[in-house]
Amino acid sequence: MNLEFTPEENAFREEVRTFIEENHPKHLEGMGNREDMSPEDMTAWHKILGKKGWSAPAWPVEYGGTGWDATQRYIWSEENARVGTFMPLPFGVSMVGPVIYTFGNEEQKKQHLPGILSGDVWWCQGYSEPGAGSDLASLKTTAVRDGDHYVINGQKTWTTLAQHADWGFFLCRTDPDAAKPQQGISFILVDMKTPGIEVKPIKLIDGGYEVNETWLTDVRVPVENLVGVENQGWTYAKFLLAHERSGIAGVARSKRGVEKLREIAASETQNGAPLIKDFDFARKVSQLEIDLAALEITELRTLAGEQAGKGPGPESSILKIKGTEIQQRLTELTLEAVGSYGTPMYGSIADIGSNEYPIGPDYAQHSAATYFNMRKTSIYGGSNEIQRNIITKMILGL
Amino acid sequence: MDFNFTEEQDMVRDGLSRMVREQYGPEERRQLIASDAGWSKAIWGQLAELGILGMSFSEEDGGFGGGAIDSMVIMEEFGKGLVVEPFVPTVVCAGGFLKHAGTAAQKEEHIGGIVSGERVFAFAYAEPRGRYDLANIETTAKKDGGDYVLNGHKAVVIGAPWASHLVVTARTGGERTDAQGISVFVVDKSADGIVTRDYATVDGRRASEVYFENVRVPADALIGEEGNALPLIERVTDEAIAAQCAEACGAMKVAHAMTLDYAKQRKQFGVPIASFQVLQHRMVDMYTEYECSVSMTYLATLRLDADERTRKEAVSAAKVRVAQAAHHVGQEAIQIHGGNGMTDEYAIGHYFKRLTIFDSEFGNIDHHMKRHIALAS
Repeated sequence: MNLEFTPEENAFREEVRTFIEENHPKHLEGMGNREDMSPEDMTAWHKILGKKGWSAPAWPVEYGGTGWDATQRYIWSEENARVGTFMPLPFGVSMVGPVIYTFGNEEQKKQHLPGILSGDVWWCQGYSEPGAGSDLASLKTTAVRDGDHYVINGQKTWTTLAQHADWGFFLCRTDPDAAKPQQGISFILVDMKTPGIEVKPIKLIDGGYEVNETWLTDVRVPVENLVGVENQGWTYAKFLLAHERSGIAGVARSKRGVEKLREIAASETQNGAPLIKDFDFARKVSQLEIDLAALEITELRTLAGEQAGKGPGPESSILKIKGTEIQQRLTELTLEAVGSYGTPMYGSIADIGSNEYPIGPDYAQHSAATYFNMRKTSIYGGSNEIQRNIITKMILGL
Repeated sequence: MDFNFTEEQDMVRDGLSRMVREQYGPEERRQLIASDAGWSKAIWGQLAELGILGMSFSEEDGGFGGGAIDSMVIMEEFGKGLVVEPFVPTVVCAGGFLKHAGTAAQKEEHIGGIVSGERVFAFAYAEPRGRYDLANIETTAKKDGGDYVLNGHKAVVIGAPWASHLVVTARTGGERTDAQGISVFVVDKSADGIVTRDYATVDGRRASEVYFENVRVPADALIGEEGNALPLIERVTDEAIAAQCAEACGAMKVAHAMTLDYAKQRKQFGVPIASFQVLQHRMVDMYTEYECSVSMTYLATLRLDADERTRKEAVSAAKVRVAQAAHHVGQEAIQIHGGNGMTDEYAIGHYFKRLTIFDSEFGNIDHHMKRHIALAS
């Protein structure tokens, strides 16, 4: 057992750090708020990485992965977080990509994997429905076979950034008479330009519009777009969710976030001294850092297990729970750190000519909105209650 | 010991409750906070007519002879509807300064206008580098002949865009954080040299950055003793905290009820999610947090006229406890609402945002924990 990096690993770190310094667009550094970003901004780094062949490090090499081991991937995410790059969105690279190369046919791999890797094709996820959230298997959207097509009808929700998506992967019910709700679901790829798809943005509590309602009315999709076997979609969905969970811990980002929090707390003063010198506040930051260290080592253990051939299993639920709790706590402490200047709504200034400078310090601008937004993390990707149910069943055997 | 409300207080509660229910539903509020003005002068006029704005002033000052308990009743109802109108800045803060330290002429000048709804105040006390310390004041008021001349920058002044007048804390002497040398002034917001930058707040209200550039005010703008106003400022902010604790209680009560309601209706796995014990216990904890908050709000309110140390200890204790509860209830309400809780469309998110920002007004949890520790040791 050993936590130190080898000379080779340190050399690798140098290599990726140099690449990031030389290639990451400077104006996108530290951009985390999607509301401030154009679709081009959000895919800029993905496209650069696509050209380099680094957009999907976790994929098998034969499909376009980098062949990096768990430690190298960890270094890669750390170096990205250090600069604050906007990493490739998960829907293609982390979600549908692995499903396609694992369960898809050769045609599908040929058609879709290159666009996912290059960042040229934007994917969205059609899983949740208004009545099917935590109970995803109760989904009602139907796909009915009609000759060479499926005809899809239904409503999906929380389809993140679907307003920009070229393709979506949808869970649809293909056998309404199956014995269990988990049976009779199929995993279907849908060109978002197909007639009958309507995407309506949903305003969230932070004022942003990152998710949508997606309505599908008589959407005709070629049967070739079925992934794997008809009615076996739940298996692929679960596979995908486990992948989603392992990426959801966000350790490197949170580490950078703690550093930023310390910087903010060093700028804010209380009774003439920096806030970070205040024991009560410093204690909370250290507690967060300690929780983050526990998460980090837990994630590394999980990654090492994966490397040894074990796929991401139910342990990834631990990463999801702790990772999201830490992200939420981080944004809560950041809001606390900025004091009264967390109260102004960013961008709400009405007076003329006032765009020149914001209200309060720069670091305070998004603090409340980010805190509000991050409440989603314990709800999405299988709520943290569902994660605990998974651990209850799969690990504790209860 | 008596925890009963008077008949008049019950009547006020009922009247206000009806008004908020009928005219301040989530949809009305949504439109109101998105409007240019951001508040309703018509509602403010109705509050004046109902006697709400005059409730806590003595009859000889032109009010109806009530006090802090009346403000508590009123603020709890406001909290239930997330009412944005500036009752605390105008009635509790400006009214408090006038009641406790105003001269007969100052009371005469301002209280009638507050009671009738014509005069609206904001309390300009916070500064960009002050961080909850009421004595950390860089704004200056220099004596010049018979006048004072104000210079400085007040931060996040809640309700300032709506205000006709400001109550301003400024330094007439001493160094930046000295307890001595602080004075309070009433200033007409249209006075020469006042520049504001108005904006919306994340919890649906409006506020301003207020800049004073050689603002000349007459000597009778001074409220209370020159250079010795800190105890007065502390008293009034304690009263404001007690009132806002009541507001938070009202908001928590509704947030809890909405969550319970949602959990009963929302079905997953073929049953209402309210049937899951995991969620039941969490809704019980929300309820317990709310009840403890009500208790602490009573404690703070009933100690406002006690000796200074007793008052401060009770108010700080209440602020700590209620703000902890407010975070807890707000976060759990969103979580149990699931994705729907994240949407602007559902009312619960608006309660969550108000319950979040409550903490940072007039000193947050850590600030009041420190004050409590200092008083207790």
